[in-house]
Amino acid sequence: MEERAGVFNGLKMLAFAWAVVGPLTMKFFADHGATVVRIETVHRPCTMRASAPYKDNKPGINRAGYFAHFNGNILSFALNMNHPKSHEIVRRLVRWCDIFFENYTPGVIERWGLGYEELRKIKPDIIMLRQSGYGSWGPYRNLPAFGMVLGPIAGLPNFIGFPGKEPLPVGVSAYTDCISPRYAAAATIAAIIHRERTGEGQLIDLSQFETAISFILPGILEYQATGKEPERIGNSSPIACPHGVYPCRGDDRWCTIAVTTEEQWQAFCRAIGSPGLVHDGRFSSLENRKRHEEELNRIVSDWTVNRTPEEVMVCLQKAGVPAGICANTADLLADPQLQHRNIYWRLPHPELGEFTHLGQSFMLSRTPAAPYSPSPLLGEHTEMVCTELLGMTDEEFIALMQEGVFE
Amino acid sequence: MLEHLRALDLTDEKGFLCGKILADLGVNVIKVEPPGGCPSRRRPPFWGNEPDPEKNIYWLTYNTNKKGITLDITSMRGKEIFRRLVKTADFVIESFAPGYLDSLGIGYVNLSKESPHLIWASITPFGQEGPYRDYRYEDIVVMGMSGTLYQTGDADGPPVHMSVPQAPLHAGADAAVGCMVAYYHRVKTGLGQHVDVSMQQSAAWFQANAVPVYELNGVILRRAGAFRAGTSSQVPQRQVWPCKDGYVFFNVIGGRTGAKTLSALTAWMDEEGMATDFLLSMDWDSFDMFKVSAEVMEKISRPVGEFFLRHTRRELLKGAVARGISIGPLFGMKDLLEDECLLARDFWTGLEHPELGGSIIYPRMFIRASLMDCSVRLPAPRIGEHNREIYGELGFSEAEMEKLREEGVI
Repeated sequence: MEERAGVFNGLKMLAFAWAVVGPLTMKFFADHGATVVRIETVHRPCTMRASAPYKDNKPGINRAGYFAHFNGNILSFALNMNHPKSHEIVRRLVRWCDIFFENYTPGVIERWGLGYEELRKIKPDIIMLRQSGYGSWGPYRNLPAFGMVLGPIAGLPNFIGFPGKEPLPVGVSAYTDCISPRYAAAATIAAIIHRERTGEGQLIDLSQFETAISFILPGILEYQATGKEPERIGNSSPIACPHGVYPCRGDDRWCTIAVTTEEQWQAFCRAIGSPGLVHDGRFSSLENRKRHEEELNRIVSDWTVNRTPEEVMVCLQKAGVPAGICANTADLLADPQLQHRNIYWRLPHPELGEFTHLGQSFMLSRTPAAPYSPSPLLGEHTEMVCTELLGMTDEEFIALMQEGVFE
Repeated sequence: MLEHLRALDLTDEKGFLCGKILADLGVNVIKVEPPGGCPSRRRPPFWGNEPDPEKNIYWLTYNTNKKGITLDITSMRGKEIFRRLVKTADFVIESFAPGYLDSLGIGYVNLSKESPHLIWASITPFGQEGPYRDYRYEDIVVMGMSGTLYQTGDADGPPVHMSVPQAPLHAGADAAVGCMVAYYHRVKTGLGQHVDVSMQQSAAWFQANAVPVYELNGVILRRAGAFRAGTSSQVPQRQVWPCKDGYVFFNVIGGRTGAKTLSALTAWMDEEGMATDFLLSMDWDSFDMFKVSAEVMEKISRPVGEFFLRHTRRELLKGAVARGISIGPLFGMKDLLEDECLLARDFWTGLEHPELGGSIIYPRMFIRASLMDCSVRLPAPRIGEHNREIYGELGFSEAEMEKLREEGVI
């Protein structure tokens, strides 16, 4: 294996993990140079390998874009866990790794004899990271977890939608999948540092349901303070007016505008060429603007509707008023700020060709994240891991392969 | 575990979660606010609706486990004290406009020279550099520029914003990860570094399958409201379903992933005489959402929808747990506080807040680890609550502190 730079160079993670939470967690380590070996099997490929979009609309486990987008820098090791010889190989991988990460429905790992106590017998200082939907223990442990239902059970849709209409999910499907990986990564790094100081490993065991609640927590406190459940308020805000999403010129084009202070209100009126509005009594304070919000929103829309979202953003931001475009996917890929920060990595993939892989979510000045390898083909690194990292002879590897262990 | 470390947290509402996660992991996090309190304390909502900076809901929510001091970092004396404080710190977390602290002479550029081991996290709307670095922030603006709004809302309506600000949470959590990666590097080399977090980037980071769908199919994912966008099927699938006492979320998923749920749901409906012949005749293992027709979808949705309407959220959840079906009731705040699973896992705990006339229920911990106690220990600090302790430690006498107070420095 080629040498990887990065702060986690030399750190080793073994992952029995899938869907989105799996790779997002692995990426924090792999993008900073850790060797992350992800166990997969052709008998039950990750749901993301088995879902559209596919290259040229032709299904195939190595042609799925959803999988490839999130799995850069990760190594794939194919292993049939139903083969009797797989267990010895897993033991060798466990002895090799620093961190054992899994996010299957609780019970799967235990059935394979890979619970925390078993892992400790194989490697006493192992760090085990678990991220199940509702916790590895407790009444909901057997409930299959998908991000599409975790958001609602954690209460998110209560805060999305218009008064009197149905609550809505965050449109980014499985939205909560990006929450627990961050808690998991921070805690796991703390555990690694602890191990280096004391020699002790440990178990980190997160519930995605619980970490998702941290993203609506003010609602829990407000409920305690007022006894009232949250109300859906559309795009309005109690502390800003105008505050909303406004139509722009073009097909399904929109902008956002948020006026939070009197200074911004005056700047806004001048920027839209209606300085007279500053003296309009209906709009002379936040309270008055809230009272006449519908009228005001009509005035704002009349101004935005003949302009592109970019024109609105540049004009208002220049005047010091918070405003932006409502970016669609094409806008995201062309966004000069995101490009400046290198959020997407274009990497050559053997089946997808030049393909956009997700980069990192933050920037480090001394030890930047970097693309080392594209998303793996299923089992692409099995031989390399066996011979270079586990020290198998070629004969041993070939014999096991012929028996169908690496499938 | 990280109790030997200290972080100075100068953030406003844009960055609270970073210090909160570090504090949960054991770092001694000290909020540094201007005298009179952080400006974010004046933004509603408030506990009891009184506009009191000590009763700010966001402050109370995301600043537990931190201590708090006041310091006017713009004054000469304040800058000097800040430099002394930074010398005792391992992390500085701030959310000022890019360049602001540098202009005061107390930014990363200057202070990292004095303390090369320092890890400095900056959480800003768009990042430290680049064409949008000076753009103004409101959550709706950043969430719009992250791509999230465009996909949220009804198909025939405008993009919709979530009313609990999300960008600060994505960015705060990322900053915590960045601080820990940087700390690992420091353990190895002794050197600190700058962690540059952009709220736009953090929120844009996870957009599910939007980018690959665009790249491979040339399709921009649009809003689908109560339906689900971006699946393989051309047929809309409902995911928000009315039930007897509210809503449940349920997705018809094909292949092996969905087969378990669909066959178990059909069996349950059959027990109650509500499974149609069509549902009973389905071979769910070979059900393919890629090929499903609108007619078949309707034959699934109609009886399933009727079944949900007959039951309450709790009945559906209970049945789902017993049968391993993926159904998510929409929980309100009371539901969460009373949820059986969260209670069984001892998720909620109270913190005494005498000034609010009682205690506040908080999550006990988000991180459960065998050797790290990440539980909530300290309530969010009041303005200047720990001035005496922290400045005393720094060597200030009572008289000196009194003088600093009079001069408006602390």
